[in-house]
Amino acid sequence: MKTFPIGGVHPPENKLTAGSEIRYLPVPHSVAIPVNQHIGTPASIVVKKDDRVKTGQVIAENKGFVSSNIHSSVSGKVNKIGTVPDTTGYKQTAVFIDVEGDEWIVTIDRSDEILTEINLSPEEIVKKCLESGIVGLGGATFPSHVKLTVPSGKRCDLLIINGVECEPYLTSDHRLMLERGEEILIGVTILMKALRVNKAMIGIESNKPDAIDHLTNLAKAFQGITVYPLKVKYPQGAEKQLIKALAKREVPSGRLPIDVNTVVHNVGTAFAVYEAIQKNKPLFERVVTITGKSVSNPGNYFVRIGTPVKNLIEAAGGFPDDTGKIVSGGPMMGKALNSTEVPIVKGTSGIILFPSNESKRMDSMPCIRCAKCVQACALNLEPYLLMTLSEMGLFERAEKERITDCMECGSCSFICPAGRPLLDYIRLGKATVIKMARERVLK
Amino acid sequence: MSNLLSVSPSPHAHGKETTRKLMTGVIVALLPALFTSIFYFGYGAVIVTATAVISCLVFEYLIQRFIFRKPITITDGSAIVTGLLLAFNVPSNLPVYIIIIGSFVSIVIAKMTFGGLGNNPFNPALVGRVFMLISFPVQMTIWPVPAGLSTGYIDAATGATPLAIIKEGLKNGESISQLVTQIPTPSQMFLGNMGGSMGEVAAIALLIGFVWLLVRKIITWHIPVSVIGSLAIFTTILWLINPEKNADPMFHILAGGVLLGAIFMATDYVTSPMNPKAMIIYGCGIGILTVIIRVWGAYPEGVSFAILIMNAFVPLMNTYFKPKRFGEEVKNG
Repeated sequence: MKTFPIGGVHPPENKLTAGSEIRYLPVPHSVAIPVNQHIGTPASIVVKKDDRVKTGQVIAENKGFVSSNIHSSVSGKVNKIGTVPDTTGYKQTAVFIDVEGDEWIVTIDRSDEILTEINLSPEEIVKKCLESGIVGLGGATFPSHVKLTVPSGKRCDLLIINGVECEPYLTSDHRLMLERGEEILIGVTILMKALRVNKAMIGIESNKPDAIDHLTNLAKAFQGITVYPLKVKYPQGAEKQLIKALAKREVPSGRLPIDVNTVVHNVGTAFAVYEAIQKNKPLFERVVTITGKSVSNPGNYFVRIGTPVKNLIEAAGGFPDDTGKIVSGGPMMGKALNSTEVPIVKGTSGIILFPSNESKRMDSMPCIRCAKCVQACALNLEPYLLMTLSEMGLFERAEKERITDCMECGSCSFICPAGRPLLDYIRLGKATVIKMARERVLK
Repeated sequence: MSNLLSVSPSPHAHGKETTRKLMTGVIVALLPALFTSIFYFGYGAVIVTATAVISCLVFEYLIQRFIFRKPITITDGSAIVTGLLLAFNVPSNLPVYIIIIGSFVSIVIAKMTFGGLGNNPFNPALVGRVFMLISFPVQMTIWPVPAGLSTGYIDAATGATPLAIIKEGLKNGESISQLVTQIPTPSQMFLGNMGGSMGEVAAIALLIGFVWLLVRKIITWHIPVSVIGSLAIFTTILWLINPEKNADPMFHILAGGVLLGAIFMATDYVTSPMNPKAMIIYGCGIGILTVIIRVWGAYPEGVSFAILIMNAFVPLMNTYFKPKRFGEEVKNG
């Protein structure tokens, strides 16, 4: 079975919701839809207070190429343009809408019929992805139309579909593969057409045998799509690690997958692409896992973008008594929330409620130089050294040691027996080095 | 639900491995060798081990309590490991006061003066051992012979180690084929039925410990295999050149402290390199230096010195031997 060759860790999987069918979370009474849900320029708002909007209507338009459209996820009246805390804890601009009914724009095909025929040309597909607000749903939220536009001078011959879901607890991609497998494969075919490639590899970790079987069976009816089981190892879902595992191609430091003729999309994105292209449905809802060891009713839900996290927690049976931390995303790379008003956005793959005894870090002890962090690093960096250099302010040296290669997967902090905050210091060093490099360019 | 939620950067999960668990793992790995020493050397082995472990713990406590004035961390297990290894590296008839002096040198001078756990450049137990060897050369080179679960301690029957027999014999002009009758057979040596430091004699017990360390993922294979491998290759070459002047590789591996050194002393986290490439070079350095000292040096045994010499190169190795980074650009011609 394939896997990436260097480093990696095995966090306990805790996939509590792997057997829970995706349900629809009731439409909330009000939503707050942030205008910056993607990497790139925030979208500019095109509605104003008291405007009436329908579900699926554009409320903010992309600004520039690396940007994306934002659509209303509900129908109702714009209450205000205000600010809402996001996963980082900072406030950011959002459109607040009071819900009245659930009236969708008429162009959306709401039937259950699965449409296999792809009528659009590659250029039309890319344009429609931009209009439909499709961004990478694996968590990075990079606008998909950008990835589908191969820059001149580069070539793409392979599409990789990420169904790894290596983060513990999360099962949104797993359930989507089981319940919307055919739609995902049509989405993959659409992506292949847009990129003009005839080969797609779907990578799924072997802890999801049902999804592997299901998609393998379905893929027989599709041209050029093959499903590959992968040995379970974190961080296999990281783009560069997945490309290495499946295609043995190594993306050079500081470069993009397209530099090794590859493009990677998530299974969730493939599903969203299907809905956008075949059903005219823009991206205004996504699958979110709500889970936690003490949560009474964990599950997977289709959630409208802009729904406050607290609605999802209520649907799962409310806060367990021992809740000590709320995390948006997976336990390895997710962000701890400081408010339950934070809205679900395009990049939210799950909400995890940690009991208080798992919410605190252990005390930091002296480094015993066991080298477990070096062995765990999937990029063969030396986390102990990067931490020391950042701690001591030796940023030039940290740059030479390739601190900016770090993808912040957290394997080093996870494995450290002395409980040292390796990644915290590496983030500090990385940010400083990036700033230094920018200043150098400006000089 | 408590009103206060924790907000911290990722990761929000930890692997549950701790320093104390790792040290406990090393102690467990040392137990087979401890039991065989007690089996061969009896009462003396118990006294030496207890004295070394207790005095290491006391010295560490005193320094932390009265000089560092920081939280006491003697329960992390590192001082116990140092104490055990120190005991394993001395004869089982060593007087208590010398062991206490050795423990003082190990903990106070070799470890705490550099800032405590994680900061010492040299293996503390070996610094203590070499200090004792140089300061008390007579007591440190009188080796009890295995006598079952004897109650003898200072008064135990003594004899020379196989390495010393070979060294002396060759110096007196005898050949290996003449000396071979005076040394234990390979199977006796494998089971530890020979004179030597209390923890180094039984290859079988040390190898059991090695397997445990690998299974428990406390160490990787790189250092032990490169130490033993380079030593085996070097001694094979010498043996093939002149089998009458040089002992065979099997003898070199089983005699003396090679296994104890390769498995437990050279792999000490704090004083060994941090990446596989440097680990292999470090291990080969130890193997080759050991043979040089054994064959051409004044001492019959050279493992301790070889490890300490290579310890000194570890910071340089960490700086100059880097793992190949993922995505490192391959230089084109």
